[in-house]
Amino acid sequence: MLTCKQASQLLSQSLDRPLTRGERFGLRFHLLICRFCKRFGQQIVGLRNAIREQVKLIEQNEEIKLSKDAIKRITQTINLINH
Amino acid sequence: MIAMHIQTTSDLLAEHGDYLYRFALARLRDPHQAEDVVQETMLAVLQSNSFIGQSSPRTWLTGILKHKIIDVLRKQLREVSLDESADNRHHFLEQPEMDEFFADDGHWAEKPQAWGKPDGELEQKQFFGVLQKCMEKLPKKLAAIFTLRDIEEEENEKICKDLQISATNAWVMLYRARMTLRKCLELNWMGR
Repeated sequence: MLTCKQASQLLSQSLDRPLTRGERFGLRFHLLICRFCKRFGQQIVGLRNAIREQVKLIEQNEEIKLSKDAIKRITQTINLINH
Repeated sequence: MIAMHIQTTSDLLAEHGDYLYRFALARLRDPHQAEDVVQETMLAVLQSNSFIGQSSPRTWLTGILKHKIIDVLRKQLREVSLDESADNRHHFLEQPEMDEFFADDGHWAEKPQAWGKPDGELEQKQFFGVLQKCMEKLPKKLAAIFTLRDIEEEENEKICKDLQISATNAWVMLYRARMTLRKCLELNWMGR
């Protein structure tokens, strides 16, 4: 029988590698009887989706711009190399 | 053949600079680092004289930028690792068990609580604000490996090879990152 600690490790690793058949079996059994680990598993998947969503929001946020100073600095560097 | 409008590097910067900056900022979460990788991307553009119109300029630029970002994250992971192993006795690579989260018998020390879904635009904004703060609070190397894996979707094998760490180390770090972020969200979000 897996402990919650072991189950949470397997849940995290299941996002990074295929679990073995034995691991899947043990995990499935644990999740049947443990709602906290089940919740944990859903939350780390939700977390990954939320982070990806957040990255998209930042990419699309047109209020975020390169500062004038940064543009000036980059332009100067380009000109320096270009000539 | 379609005649191609030749753009100078400055034109490209004017047209795509802000987007590239946002793309980098979303992944590095540091304005200075984000500006630096945009600059490096522009320099790479200068040195390669070949934009062959197979893709849009933006796609092409973003491709270059992505490599620059991944280089920064890798470096971050390596550098911080060296620092921390020197002066941090609780270096988690040697201590992968994360006992603060579990009791001795392997049960949750604090049981994961149910979270409310952010409801409506305002709550969603608040939720992403909390998420941002939690990412910023994450130790740099955990943020770096988490970004490579969960945002860039780099293969675990590639991450391990590039960083010269074992698969087990990578799993442990990703586990630690997820546990820490989840806890931070639980403390700062679900209570509302």
